[in-house]
Amino acid sequence: MTVYQVMLVATLALPALGAAALALLPARADRPARLLATAVAAVTLVPIVVLAFAHHATWVADTPESSAIRPWAEVKWSWVPALHLDFHLGVDGVSYPLVALTGLLTLLCCAYTIWRVPEGGSARTLLALLLVLEAGILGTFLALDLVLFFLFFEVVLLPMYAVIAGWGGDQRRAAARKFVLYTLFGSVLLLLGVFTVADKAGTGDLVTLTGGHGLSRGTQYAAFALFAVAFAVKAPLWPLHTWLPDAHTQAPTVGSVILAGVLLKMGTYGLIRVGVGVAPLGAHWAAPVLGILAAAAILAGALICLRQTELKRLIAYSSVGHMGFVLLGIATLTATGIQAALLGNVAHGLITGLLFFLAGAIKDRAHTGELAELGGLRETAPRLAGVLGFAAIASLGLPGLAGFWGEAFAVVAAVRRGGGLWMTLAVLAAIGGALTAAYFLRLLRKVTHGPAATPVPAGIAGAEWFAWAPLVALTLAVGLVPALVLVATEAPVLALTGAFR
Amino acid sequence: MTIDQVTILPLYAASGTAILVLLADLLVARRAVTFGTLALGGLATAICAIVVGDSRPPTFCAGAECSWLPGPVAVVTAVLFAGLTVGVLALSVPALRLGTAPAGEFCFLLASSMTGGVVIGYAGDLISLIVGLETLTLPLYILVGLRRFAPRERVSTAGASASITFFLISVISTAVALLGAALNYAATGALHYGHLIAGFGPMYSLAQVGVTLLVIGFAFKVAAVPLHAWAPPTYEGAPLPVAAYLSTASKLGGVLALAAIVSRLDATAITAALAVLTMTVGNLVALRQQRMVRLLAWSSIAQAGYVLAALALGGPGVRPAIVYAVFFMILEFIAFATVVALRPVASDGGDMRAYRGAGRSSPWLGAALVLAFAGLAGLPPGLAGLFAKVTVVGALIDGGWGWLAGVVALNAVIGLAYYVRATANLYAAPPKPGIQIVDPDLLERATHPRLPVSRPVAAALIAATTAAVVLGFAPQLLFDALS
Repeated sequence: MTVYQVMLVATLALPALGAAALALLPARADRPARLLATAVAAVTLVPIVVLAFAHHATWVADTPESSAIRPWAEVKWSWVPALHLDFHLGVDGVSYPLVALTGLLTLLCCAYTIWRVPEGGSARTLLALLLVLEAGILGTFLALDLVLFFLFFEVVLLPMYAVIAGWGGDQRRAAARKFVLYTLFGSVLLLLGVFTVADKAGTGDLVTLTGGHGLSRGTQYAAFALFAVAFAVKAPLWPLHTWLPDAHTQAPTVGSVILAGVLLKMGTYGLIRVGVGVAPLGAHWAAPVLGILAAAAILAGALICLRQTELKRLIAYSSVGHMGFVLLGIATLTATGIQAALLGNVAHGLITGLLFFLAGAIKDRAHTGELAELGGLRETAPRLAGVLGFAAIASLGLPGLAGFWGEAFAVVAAVRRGGGLWMTLAVLAAIGGALTAAYFLRLLRKVTHGPAATPVPAGIAGAEWFAWAPLVALTLAVGLVPALVLVATEAPVLALTGAFR
Repeated sequence: MTIDQVTILPLYAASGTAILVLLADLLVARRAVTFGTLALGGLATAICAIVVGDSRPPTFCAGAECSWLPGPVAVVTAVLFAGLTVGVLALSVPALRLGTAPAGEFCFLLASSMTGGVVIGYAGDLISLIVGLETLTLPLYILVGLRRFAPRERVSTAGASASITFFLISVISTAVALLGAALNYAATGALHYGHLIAGFGPMYSLAQVGVTLLVIGFAFKVAAVPLHAWAPPTYEGAPLPVAAYLSTASKLGGVLALAAIVSRLDATAITAALAVLTMTVGNLVALRQQRMVRLLAWSSIAQAGYVLAALALGGPGVRPAIVYAVFFMILEFIAFATVVALRPVASDGGDMRAYRGAGRSSPWLGAALVLAFAGLAGLPPGLAGLFAKVTVVGALIDGGWGWLAGVVALNAVIGLAYYVRATANLYAAPPKPGIQIVDPDLLERATHPRLPVSRPVAAALIAATTAAVVLGFAPQLLFDALS
């Protein structure tokens, strides 16, 4: 095994082993458990960072041109041949930014939990669940085998349920149940799609399957339909989004951050890698429908946000709109669109992660999330108001910050796609973008300006700065240098969209 | 007729165990010896089945056709029957020590039942099959109702009525199956598996009626809807370990019998219809259950539906069906074993409220039950259950039965609703008392004391959990054993 293969396995093994170690710690050892979890999350970043160098190591390596996926590093072991299941992991330009984002957000959440544990249960269990979630999400991004992808897709279901149901708000039970049933519905459709493909192609290997080789038109249509609905539930795409606001509103801060930051990305990543990759003909066939739904999601998300009265709920619904832009980018099936989608994914993970941290901070201090009861944050807690303003402006897509590129270029891609339909969709999406600005400015007006309604302590703890600062810095960095995310995506995306030219 | 004595060694081991247990009870009359005999006998049966293996030629032959067919499925299920028997014995030990049932009789009946189970796997003709199935079921009529009460104890007739229900339904189902076998025999003259054909000419409809009746008769044994009504009251009335046996080993017998029929005769339509009804009704009714054993009973009905769905494929569906059944049996056994461990000795499964917060006070038992429920729902961390679902769905899609795979998938979503409810209940905070209490945790501990888990129960639970985890990470072991 090369060093990169070891790192690839370590990326998954470290959080999994960390979770097991936490589960075996005695219940009394609460503080050591929090430190251990944070240490594990930090150590997990090491293989993730090392993997970045694999890119250059294989830059000159001679790989066959035929496949669209040319992983920088991969491991492949046979696991269950009877089910077409190989333990096949790999990382490339499409998955790496999301892998890094997952590692970063988990570390921030663990560190945040050292300082504050949400009510409901022990920090030890919560952190063990967060690490299991990390392993599951990383596995989904790294899997290069369809069945393995499905397996990791399922791993996150119950831990996320437990995080919401154990540490959430007042109506956590109902919200958690809705989340788990909705998303399981998505994953059983994924299961059907996976086996529709694996049965017809005789393999579950994504490297072989990408490009739709050996699949008939009918199979690709059926498979893409199943994949699209499955990932649309996860992403979520309007009108399958109704689990999202409840889950976000009820989840504890760290749960919301992971959920919005990376869990939703499993849907959009899956759509690019599995949906478009494995069934390109199906993608081409369904693209107009996907585009229309994405535009509807952008508008619906924005309009619903304008009417929201609760902070976390508003941010949750804003995710529907942002993911609409990502899906619009994917639906164009152009290199620009898919790159915009990848960038939008990362940007949304950074910005919405930050927004949920801030919403949690405000709710913890003011003991309410109602916009009507908040106000004057600019005077009572100027620093908090400043960061909130930064995050909100980043989220509404100000040029120079991370949120801009993904949304702008999704619209550009739709315009370039041409034709009446795509022009209309581009115009609608642009209007949605303007509405996004409207509701975020409304949010700022209500929360930071006006008379101080609820007293909010001004102090910001060190742990909070630690959790926010990397997100603020990266939002700025990605906004100024989007190539940070896109540097290695060009080749795989061009290979992916090559089928449509 | 020459009989290869080595080939039928598993049968000798199983029936020998029954006789030895009876003798040990008569001559030594010490409970520990009786238990030991049955445990060792079960182990010997499993070892014989593995050692004899699946490659020996068939025996008990009349001409070309044989009544004892060693095969991979027979070996795997014989090992499973033996394991479940020893496991159920381990779960019963605390109650038997308390004297709720005569130990010798209990063990003898359990061993006889195991013998029947072994026969079903190896059977090569319809008569052996039905005799094996009856040998498996007959001791259970008694085991369900076998309950002694201490002098001051409140006497309950639940066991007796459960026993009668089970007996009546089972006898009827056997009669139906026998009638089916007879009609099929009248039409085609076939009893041996190798001769089973669809029937032709004017006899076609008669043979078809025979096949349908056979499937219906065996469907009673797996408690397939609409032939399921006996299962919940019987499980509820039976002692917990016996309910575990009914829902695992007894059900496995029915699955094997059905597999023998559907893989050779065309019963696709009725099996598919039974499958759809069974999983849908089982899951929907389970949603509303408030008692633990009833919940498990209805969930076990629903799970049988997934097995039936695989069997609707006919021959190619047998292996996925058996894979599913094996994984399901192990997970279901873990669920029952945890319930036994969480409840006082010799009590019933109780209300769901009795399990509130049980996972917090007994973390290991809680973890075992989470593993079982997650597996039954088909989700990680119950990887065994996930692979079981994946196997069935994959096989159905492979066989061109996409719609049935869709029904299975949707049912998995419905099923998750009650598994998640039951699991969340384990970790729910204790209910708030109506009055002001200084230390609610103290009150909770006083009213819900943590019961000690006896060693045999713990051992059975550890063994079953280990099996589930190992097979969860290496399901290929099972696939290899079955091919």
